[in-house]
Amino acid sequence: MDAILLQVLNGLDKGSAYALIALGLTLIFGTLGVVNFAHGALFMLGAFCAVTLQKILTLSSVTIDETKTDFLGNPAKVETPYVESWFGPELGATIIDWSVPLAIIFAIPVMIAIGFIMERGLIKHFYKRPHADQILVTFGLAIVLQEIIKYFYGANPIPTPAPEMFRGSFDFGVLLGFDSNAIIYPYWRMVYFVFSLILIGGVFAFLQFTTFGMVVRAGMADRETVGLLGIDIDKRFTLMFGVAAAVAGLAGVMYTPINSPNYHMGMDFLVLSFVVVVVGGMGSLAGAVLAGFLLGILESFASMNEIKAIIPGIDQIIIYVVAIIILLTRPRGLMGRKGVMED
Amino acid sequence: MHGTKAKDTTLLIVVAFMTMFAPFLLNPFPAGSELAQFNAGYPDLMQRFVIFGIFAIGFNILFGLTGYLSFGHAAFLGVGSYSAVWMFKLLSMNVIPAIVLSVVVAGLFALVIGFVSLRRSGIYFSILTLAFAQMSFNLAYSVLTPITNGETGLQLSLDDPRILDGGGPATSLPVTNLFGWEMRESTTIHAGAWSFDLSVGYYLSAIIMLACFYLSIRIFRSPFGMMLRAVKSNQQRMNYTGLNSRPYTLAAFVISGMYAGLAGGLLASMDPLAGAERMQWTASGEVVLMTILGGAGTLIGPVLGAGFIKYFENIFSKINEGVLHGWFAVMPDGIEDLLVAIVYPFVGKGWHLTLGLLFMLVVIFLPGGLVEGGQRMGRFAFRRRDRKAGPVESSAAEKRAASSKPAE
Repeated sequence: MDAILLQVLNGLDKGSAYALIALGLTLIFGTLGVVNFAHGALFMLGAFCAVTLQKILTLSSVTIDETKTDFLGNPAKVETPYVESWFGPELGATIIDWSVPLAIIFAIPVMIAIGFIMERGLIKHFYKRPHADQILVTFGLAIVLQEIIKYFYGANPIPTPAPEMFRGSFDFGVLLGFDSNAIIYPYWRMVYFVFSLILIGGVFAFLQFTTFGMVVRAGMADRETVGLLGIDIDKRFTLMFGVAAAVAGLAGVMYTPINSPNYHMGMDFLVLSFVVVVVGGMGSLAGAVLAGFLLGILESFASMNEIKAIIPGIDQIIIYVVAIIILLTRPRGLMGRKGVMED
Repeated sequence: MHGTKAKDTTLLIVVAFMTMFAPFLLNPFPAGSELAQFNAGYPDLMQRFVIFGIFAIGFNILFGLTGYLSFGHAAFLGVGSYSAVWMFKLLSMNVIPAIVLSVVVAGLFALVIGFVSLRRSGIYFSILTLAFAQMSFNLAYSVLTPITNGETGLQLSLDDPRILDGGGPATSLPVTNLFGWEMRESTTIHAGAWSFDLSVGYYLSAIIMLACFYLSIRIFRSPFGMMLRAVKSNQQRMNYTGLNSRPYTLAAFVISGMYAGLAGGLLASMDPLAGAERMQWTASGEVVLMTILGGAGTLIGPVLGAGFIKYFENIFSKINEGVLHGWFAVMPDGIEDLLVAIVYPFVGKGWHLTLGLLFMLVVIFLPGGLVEGGQRMGRFAFRRRDRKAGPVESSAAEKRAASSKPAE
């Protein structure tokens, strides 16, 4: 029992990332009808928002401290981050420590702006073009974004630690009445899971309970009629692109402590997220979320040693196998609506 | 429609001429001069031109004719490479059995994947092929290590059996050959300041490429090719007329998979190494790029695209900061530094940035690729000249423009 629960928990953090990226992909596909291969790059850009904020916060003034010497006997250089000199050493250190959560505030406007520019500047011209063209141009854009990040930040992963408070693991099993040390779970993964639930809930609530969301949903169902009612649906869809970009970006921001970001992390996630969208059903938001978590958990089960002993290598391909089976037997996916891209 | 037209024969002859004299044509600058770094006429690069040309020609038979966008074609290239290297290890260092096996294995592999993937079309097809290719890539890295040698890549070793070559442990690694002609053998011709390398490997690949090119012309002009085009323009209507289009698409998929396997086998014949990274989806993306850049659905487009990308990949990645400073040395210092700072991100290690930008620009402004660009310029030039000739002939010019318009 505890072994099963452990695998479920292990699958949650990856599953959360899949779900968030797939949610954004589905939003874009459902509203604008565009297949966005650059969505992984948006995830990556979000992660690098966190890196950038960390760099900005740790900008330091260098002073020479005459009282101490370094090993060569020269006066030691002391780096004091500007934040610390402005807010006092304690508060400053806390701010730097919390740079990843703070990056959320920084990333939201940045990502919405990037999404907005992307939609107005590029995607807009591709609504009437075939899906193949959309795939190709966004694929090109993904390469460009990735290379720009590589140019400025280098090819190596950049460590961005979580706040001191959330480092390390805790004994999750004891809370549920299992033996101690049965289920050890890192704090930050729990935070990531809860964060992604909140974010997903937020997006759904936004679509379900606001007038804006209602109009967007109406537009997803029948774009022309909404247009005929005198509503500028394009403007709202553009904003939804921004929201989708922000969701992907935030998923990236919070993912940085789990895996240090590098420039190709987006591509690694993109392929899997597409598979997730297809499994969940093209155009179904709930399907994308469900499939994200399901596949994440499935992947973690497949990497158990007991399972690998029966079918070697299954952990590497399980997601693709599931996707192939789903596509062949139920082309509209788990929760896809009838008639949406079924062929 | 049947058989080749005079225009196609001309095209074939031009391509044959270009490939046969490539070692001379691609070396316009004297060796040792400033501009020698722009020469492309050395065997290693020319081999890549023609081999990736084969890969792109094959991809074009699927994508250009039927419109099915496969994102997993590199899997066939990888499979071809692996089977060729195994042939070198087990049977003989002669390239013929290796190439034959790589084509056959890639064809079978394509048959299986195509049979499953072609049950869906559009974006689902792209994702299915991508999923299959990623699966093969992951398996090649992990479980199939006994066959693929994992991350190290499959390579020759001294104690391989090599039954036909007499067997027994060798003292040094043998070289791939064609009935005694070693692939890496080359003769250098010196003519004044110029020097030209004629390599056996290049000519073998070039002849195979020409054969492939001829075959693709025949496919384009055949009733089978017409059927594939009909699939692209409206598959639904085809199905309504009671025609089952899947055998045709499957045949196209297998043919293009065999082309990819052939390219993989040739790559391994030139350099007997095979690694899993050849199957990665970025490699699949590259062949898509080549085809689109050159012009999907045209005969010559994929070859042009492959040559273009491989040339610039090679040249651009060689340029470093020192070279740039050399170029802009005539400028005043401040401007020189500025220019270098502007250009530097796009060359050397940043070559992929240029590639991505180029790719986007082509998809946005020139969906027909380089071939369409050439046609547009041609039409523009014709129109200017004809306008000067007077209004009577302008209608003839329009007719000519219209007749040159339909893509091959």
